[in-house]
Amino acid sequence: MSRKLKKRIKRVGVGASIYLAAVIFSRFAPYFYIGTLQIHTALFVFLAAYIIIGGDVVKNAVRNIGHGQIFDENFLMAIATVGAFFVGEYAEAVAVMLFYQVGECFQSYAVNKSRKSIAELMDIRPDYANVMRNGAVEEVGPEEVAIGEVILIKPGERIPLDGTVVKGNSSLDTMALTGESLPRDVAEGEEVISGCVNLSGVIEVRVSKVFGESTVAKILDLVENASGKKSEAEHFITKFARYYTPVVVGLAALLAVVPPLVAGGGWASWIYRALSFLVISCPCALVISIPLSFFGGLGGASRAGILIKGSNYLEALADAEMIVMDKTGTLTKGVFAVKKIVPSKGVDGGELLETAAYAESFSNHPISRSLVQAYGKAIDETRLKEVEEAAGHGISAVLDGQRILAGNDKLMKSRNVEVGAVEEIGTVVHVARGEEYLGYIVIADEVKDDAKAAVDGFKEAGMKNIVMLTGDRKKTADAIAEELGILEVYAELLPGDKVERVEKLLVAKSEKGRLVFVGDGINDAPVLARADIGIAMGGLGSDAAIEAADVVIMTDEPSKIVKAMQISKKTLSIVKQNIIFAIGIKVLVLLLAAVGIASMWAAVFADVGVAVIAILNAMRAMK
Amino acid sequence: MKKTYILEDLDCAHCAAEIENAVGKLDGVTSSTVTLLTQKLVVEVDDAKVGKITKEIKKVVKKYEPDVEVVEK
Repeated sequence: MSRKLKKRIKRVGVGASIYLAAVIFSRFAPYFYIGTLQIHTALFVFLAAYIIIGGDVVKNAVRNIGHGQIFDENFLMAIATVGAFFVGEYAEAVAVMLFYQVGECFQSYAVNKSRKSIAELMDIRPDYANVMRNGAVEEVGPEEVAIGEVILIKPGERIPLDGTVVKGNSSLDTMALTGESLPRDVAEGEEVISGCVNLSGVIEVRVSKVFGESTVAKILDLVENASGKKSEAEHFITKFARYYTPVVVGLAALLAVVPPLVAGGGWASWIYRALSFLVISCPCALVISIPLSFFGGLGGASRAGILIKGSNYLEALADAEMIVMDKTGTLTKGVFAVKKIVPSKGVDGGELLETAAYAESFSNHPISRSLVQAYGKAIDETRLKEVEEAAGHGISAVLDGQRILAGNDKLMKSRNVEVGAVEEIGTVVHVARGEEYLGYIVIADEVKDDAKAAVDGFKEAGMKNIVMLTGDRKKTADAIAEELGILEVYAELLPGDKVERVEKLLVAKSEKGRLVFVGDGINDAPVLARADIGIAMGGLGSDAAIEAADVVIMTDEPSKIVKAMQISKKTLSIVKQNIIFAIGIKVLVLLLAAVGIASMWAAVFADVGVAVIAILNAMRAMK
Repeated sequence: MKKTYILEDLDCAHCAAEIENAVGKLDGVTSSTVTLLTQKLVVEVDDAKVGKITKEIKKVVKKYEPDVEVVEK
């Protein structure tokens, strides 16, 4: 709580007790007369309470009029309460000011508190770095560390700068960056990213980027500037607020003057109603709760490892109607893996895989590596002899004294091994021992674990088009699309074709709908820029992705896009609730006050009460 | 060039909008954004005018919110 707020609360508390005394005193205090004017002695006590509670409001009002600000909230409250004094409602005048101040304090407290808790969500800023200089460890600001210096990171500390581990191993908590709770293991020679928290061991890291260029600084910059890009809802509220106050004040003036003139008499009652109008005329509830909702949504998203570069994008995501995805790296892992093992009759699948893995164990080709990985056991090199690679064909070697072959059908044919026709999607590796055909293994780019869930999520979210683009062969593309349930596929595209395809889709979409493009951010920057909302996957460690996209998914999970859409929709619904609730209550109380049913109490509620409720509602956006 | 200020103790949304508007109208300022929630004022200023802009911004803020402290970042 700020000092300013504490002081204010104290003052209002003192004022409140004097007000209570005044109320009790007024029960039996005498009247006196100045001429024919009857004055209650209690007036002076009420005035004292009023000055203590609302003195600053009146002072600000006077000061702001000097600056030419007429419709400011201090002025309106001052006029309303001073007016109440003049129509003889002393107790009410003080009470309204008291309630207003309590509401303001609470509002200020709530806003500060929410701001802090959202800011904490995004707080990944490292405070210091332990740099090794001249054999000693020095604690300095992360900005002061140069490239090539070695820093020491103890368990529990945040990694201050990007770099490579030169000593030690540990596991890292990437939660604040990715929303991923599973720790990531790092060992000597591996890269670490600033912003992660070191969990288990002491590591020494050679710095590869200065602080300003490091991941954590880039993310912070992005997050901090995000709420500066305002949404349409925020622009609407700013505009609304500009007209709302003068209109209500105008109505109040009419209400005070016209009915008594037309119907005659009863000035005090109509003035009282007009004063209630003034109390309701501040648009605070809206002006504060709408940006707060967006801020909360952005904070909640970044907690889940989704960086959204502006409130405007968070808002636009709710209107997404077409989702266009790149295949490799977005829906598939972009790495090869064994998909299928088909042994010949009488051959064991494990034996087939073992033979293939041994044959390929000396090669660095991604396909070979995927076989060794699928085999999973250590390769005993003493069993292996005479490994020969025939480019474009495959490998021949001697395993346990027997000739083995692994490669395509051309290799098999050249060694007189009979191979049947195989219709598979992906790369097929045939395996033989001597002249005996053992079977084949299919290797393909693997679909991500949550790709299907993501596509299902898009369908559930009511996307009109779910489109997959790829430079890959049509057959492979179709198979993956079918597996995932994607109906619209465009394959064998060159990078330029992708832009063209997205442009065609943009023409086809409805006016309000948005086209979302998802890519890995590495070679599809033009498409990311062309789409209404460009989303890049795997942002952690990829500067290109962070720069090019409007939304960055820090992990490799496409299902996070569904999550982002959900956060967007939830935020927007909270924003709508707040707009409707705040305007609704205000209009209702205005009507009731105009016909004399609502008191000034109801008016104060419509002002500060509504603001507080709207703020509390806005906080839900963060969860 | 771009300059960022922290508006300490800024807690009124209405004033934030007023300050944003008024700073935007200062000579040499091409864009001005106040974000209440981060208490930040970001301005884009012509290089030629940058020297005295901080003083002018402080004056504007003082006018709308005397309790707010302007800190250059």
